[in-house]
Amino acid sequence: MTQISGPMSDAPLLELDHLTMAFGGVVALDDVSLAVPEGSIFALIGPNGAGKTTVFNVVTGVYQATKGDARFAGQSLLGRKRYEITGMGIARTFQNIRLFAQMTALENVLVATDVRHQTSVPGAVLGLRRHRREEREGRARGMELLDLVGIAHRAGETSRSLPYGDQRRLEIARALATEPKLVLLDEPAAGFNPAEKRALADLIVKVRDTGYTILLIEHDMGLVMGISDWIAVLDFGQKIAEGLPRAIQADERVVAAYLGVAEDESTG
Amino acid sequence: MALPAAAGDERSARVRRLRARARRKELARTPLTLLTTFARWVDLTDRVGRVWDGLPKPGRWALLAALVAGCYALPNFHPPVINTPGSDFAGVLFYPVATYVLVAIGLNVVVGQAGLLDLGYVAFFAIGAYTMALLGTRAHWDFWLILPVGVVFAAVAGVILGAPTLRLRGDYLAIVTLGFGEIIHDAANNTNQIGGPRGISPIPHPPDINTAAFHLHFTVLDPKPYYWLLLTIIIVVVVAVRRMERSRVGRAWTAIREDEDAAELMGVPTFKFKLWAFAIGASIGGLAGVVFATNRIAINPDNFLFEFSILFLAAVVLGGSGNMAGVIVGAVVVGYLPERFRSFQNTRELWFGAALVAMMIFRPQGLVPARRRQSEMEDTSKPGGSMTGPLGAEVMGDDTDFRPDE
Repeated sequence: MTQISGPMSDAPLLELDHLTMAFGGVVALDDVSLAVPEGSIFALIGPNGAGKTTVFNVVTGVYQATKGDARFAGQSLLGRKRYEITGMGIARTFQNIRLFAQMTALENVLVATDVRHQTSVPGAVLGLRRHRREEREGRARGMELLDLVGIAHRAGETSRSLPYGDQRRLEIARALATEPKLVLLDEPAAGFNPAEKRALADLIVKVRDTGYTILLIEHDMGLVMGISDWIAVLDFGQKIAEGLPRAIQADERVVAAYLGVAEDESTG
Repeated sequence: MALPAAAGDERSARVRRLRARARRKELARTPLTLLTTFARWVDLTDRVGRVWDGLPKPGRWALLAALVAGCYALPNFHPPVINTPGSDFAGVLFYPVATYVLVAIGLNVVVGQAGLLDLGYVAFFAIGAYTMALLGTRAHWDFWLILPVGVVFAAVAGVILGAPTLRLRGDYLAIVTLGFGEIIHDAANNTNQIGGPRGISPIPHPPDINTAAFHLHFTVLDPKPYYWLLLTIIIVVVVAVRRMERSRVGRAWTAIREDEDAAELMGVPTFKFKLWAFAIGASIGGLAGVVFATNRIAINPDNFLFEFSILFLAAVVLGGSGNMAGVIVGAVVVGYLPERFRSFQNTRELWFGAALVAMMIFRPQGLVPARRRQSEMEDTSKPGGSMTGPLGAEVMGDDTDFRPDE
């Protein structure tokens, strides 16, 4: 278990350095710089199509940045394999839930715990002691995390059969199971009712307080303003503002981007 | 209906018509009878499954032990119904039944577990068999020495095939593996140094095994020792594969099968585990090939035709892709039935094809479906259903997470 303790420090855990991501002629991210401090809840907001999920995809190695750099704890993330980045301590959830549908809730989490395990095929075939210990510990940790997100009683059910809200919670548990330092949550409250959103907000704060750093994409402004330590706003691939929640709410450009101009409504 | 005619003619015509009608009825009934028999059979496997699930652990072990003992004892009897008239029962148990079982267990690792469709699996079987034949006839090595070498050769072939091709997915991978199977067959056929189309003979038998408890003498005449040898190998392989399935390895394979991108983002080195699946599957196929070759006096390229790859795949799918117990049942059925009904020699492939079609309509998840796959099949009608087809071929679903959010 990797946990970061201590107060928010000034050295950023994740740093985007003039990052540009272009797909042919489409510039999804245009010279974006961000610094996510350790131990914070950092929210990334903006209208649909602003490039928020693209940030996640560049950071987790799904896309290769066109220009600029992304650094995690001082090390560049560019050119690394996706599972390596997970191993370095970055985990994510998905905007469209992407659980392993036929595996049980616990198995979904176990897959993620395996990134910290040393034994593989020979260990399993020979039933080595170390392998058995890792399996045992993985299970214990998996149950602990299911308990943290509140679905331990459903550990044995296939993830497909879980209710929608529990699937979203399971995604968070699965991300935490990789023992990350930084957790990227992509619209975790999508489709939630107000009560569920409040419970989720509590959960995110609890996760932060346990020692994780959180980068959050969310459309629900009540949720974002309520729990974020810092907010950055993207619009058309550019960072148009960043600051404390209260400052962001008052920012004219942000208001314009959200209420905004007709083109923003074209994407869904 | 009959028109007036001479009395005698009318009568014989009526008899003819009646007979024809009876024949037609009979013909119409045959598929129906087959279907009902089939339905009962499927119901039986479900019931057996339920009984098994309900058993406590010691009960399961006892049942399993009895089953294994029964398998060892089987060739000593000629049980009335399941005996194979027209071919030696113990011989049939060795090949095709037990051989297919071992091959199917190996192929299931690749297809059922990791979801990688391999249409050229017979190539690994061939590599094992040719290793046995060549080292046995040229280098005069002992069977027990060749066995691990054949396994390693097949595994290396699996890695060589997998390293460049496992970046492909779904249909593309299937086509490349199909080509690989053909390449191995054609290479054997066209290389005179390894016998060309005539193949290799005489392949030596394993040395006798003499212990205080039993005495195994491997000859052409008696297939029983081979069967016992193969059965023992199968048990070892089942235990090894089971351990993988239930560990991190099996979880990684399932995760890859379900959603390869998500698996990699959760820290699964997907390429490495796909390569492992290929290597393990290949080595089991090679193992079966070595034992197959030592039993035959001669092998030639036609023992390793494309149709065997399909037959092995049929065994996996028929039994229940992803479930080892099911795959074993499937292989037994695919290997045994044609031998049992040798009298239908000419049409048996037709019936076999029809049975497979019926199977896919009424029981797509296989005779003994995997727990996970079963729910997958039941849910295909629901929205947001399966992302993988019955063979694990990729049917890419909603992928918006990976699109530039433009």
